[in-house]
Amino acid sequence: MTTIDTRPADSRRRPQKKPFNWRRTIAWVLLAVAIAVSVLPFYWVLRTALSTNGSLAANSASLLPADFNLGAFKRVFGLQTAEEAIAEGGSGASINFWQYLWNSLLFSSITTAGAVFFSSMAAYAFARLRWKGRDGVFSLFLATMLVPPIFTALPNFLLVKNLGLLNSMLGLVLPYLFMTPFAVFFMRQFFLNMSREVEEAAMLDGARHWRIFFQIVMPNAAAPIATLALLTFMGQWNEYFWPLLVGTSEESRVLTVGLGVFKSQSPQGAPDWSGLMAATLVSATPVLILFALFGKKIVNSIGFNGTK
Amino acid sequence: MTTLTKQPGPGLSAGGPQKSRRRGKPAADFRGTGDLKIALLFIAPAMLGFVLFYLVPTIRGIYLSFTEYSILGDPEWIGTRNYERIAKDPLFWNALGVTSQYVLINIVLQTALALGLAILMHRVAKSTIVRGALLMPYLMANVIAALLWFWMLDYQIGIVNQLIEWTGLPRVAFFGSEQWAIPTQALINTWRHMGYTALLIFAGLQAIPHSVYEAASIDGSKAISTFWRITLPLLRPVLVLVLVVTVIGSFQVFDTVAVTTAGGPVNATRVLQFYIYQRAFNEQDFGYGSALAVILFLILALVAFIQMKSLRGNQSDLD
Repeated sequence: MTTIDTRPADSRRRPQKKPFNWRRTIAWVLLAVAIAVSVLPFYWVLRTALSTNGSLAANSASLLPADFNLGAFKRVFGLQTAEEAIAEGGSGASINFWQYLWNSLLFSSITTAGAVFFSSMAAYAFARLRWKGRDGVFSLFLATMLVPPIFTALPNFLLVKNLGLLNSMLGLVLPYLFMTPFAVFFMRQFFLNMSREVEEAAMLDGARHWRIFFQIVMPNAAAPIATLALLTFMGQWNEYFWPLLVGTSEESRVLTVGLGVFKSQSPQGAPDWSGLMAATLVSATPVLILFALFGKKIVNSIGFNGTK
Repeated sequence: MTTLTKQPGPGLSAGGPQKSRRRGKPAADFRGTGDLKIALLFIAPAMLGFVLFYLVPTIRGIYLSFTEYSILGDPEWIGTRNYERIAKDPLFWNALGVTSQYVLINIVLQTALALGLAILMHRVAKSTIVRGALLMPYLMANVIAALLWFWMLDYQIGIVNQLIEWTGLPRVAFFGSEQWAIPTQALINTWRHMGYTALLIFAGLQAIPHSVYEAASIDGSKAISTFWRITLPLLRPVLVLVLVVTVIGSFQVFDTVAVTTAGGPVNATRVLQFYIYQRAFNEQDFGYGSALAVILFLILALVAFIQMKSLRGNQSDLD
């Protein structure tokens, strides 16, 4: 939506009539290396997850899984008995991976829904309504983007603690539930650029702001809302610091925090590499699925992100 | 980049006299009054979140930095004593040094690589697939990036050390040696952000009109001097933005350190945010932790200010 290419379609440098273009070839090779560096580690995770710990050491450079087997995934999802897990190099301690997965899903979905919805409402007030102090309040909202999260995390932790909400889903989602500065900014920008005609026609017909917002503005904003929801969801899925502070019990732990626990659970000696990589892969799967489905939307949103 | 400055477009002219009232002075409204009441309704939830979780905590954080406060009992006002302690705290200075080193490696490596990649993409491949592939690492959680490289860089059986050994060089204790620990953390971060930064710069390159290049080539400008004299100066706003984002982001490194080295070996990766975390949450010293957080906040504000000012980041040469 942002990197609109204004140049004519044929403006790209035409390849020379030479039979072989060295510069293009070198450029492609360099680009291929960068892509390989970006993507191949994910294959290595998969390859490790499908190996057994026992054979990893002896085949540390084999491109295919060493001793192909699904034990690591079984271990992650608690489908192995403690004896089996220990025999395969796991810790034998149980981890509630399903619980973490569920918590991550809840945490990300609730905060995304809340933040996107309430931020859109606020953005509408900032973009379309006229009221005293509007621009001042908006600047204040924007300024919070500059405050480092750790700075507010300490007092927010105390607040959540005093409310008795430590280790609860409510405590986890509260700071994100009502707005994020970026979401307000993002939606306001869209509303400002939206044509007013339909809204004005509706207003002449006596429709109230409330109805205009829900029946005209929001449906028209479906595309940017989807982009914003996507970005917010992925950001929340990857969130680590706040859940680390607030969700430390088994019942409230999210995946990112759970992964850290999984790693430190390995007994003395060799870590459970294949189990760890299987867990890593499972944790990354929702984002990978979203990326596969909406890759273009995500990629095209990057120019916008940057100008926030 | 473009949407931000885009004007409403021709569709609006149908609105006639209302055209000029998009912001600022309330011109004739349909119902003649301001929208304060309805605006309050629309903004109420966001305002609640803003006040409770941004505004009040910011003020409270500053207040706490002047107190002695273990989580039991009440905060006790001790003036600037926390800050005096920080000035004499070797661990703070170590954290500042280590973090600066991390930031520096990130700026240089990440910006250079991203700029190169952006130019390559601009030259030969604008496809979404290429951009998507380069963006993949950025979409992963820091924790995942950390674990992935923790495995690949393992001293014993990590693939990278395997490759290093094949070239005849000695194995590297990426996470285990004081000398390598911070560069390794910076490399992980560079890996995760390289594609994202490249995409930002790429968007900036796309915004440079082709006519500028044509004029340069008519004037006989060579590719290299075109890059230094035209591309780079015109990219300045984007580059400033990238620098600000990189520096501010890197100063707050935490996740990868917490998951892999947890501050070690010795103090080699005890970065600022990790040190704040330890003081506040492991040692229950919230006053001191808050004071450290204030310092971090000030550093970030200062860095952003200097970068915007000295590089005139908010002005474009294109206009």
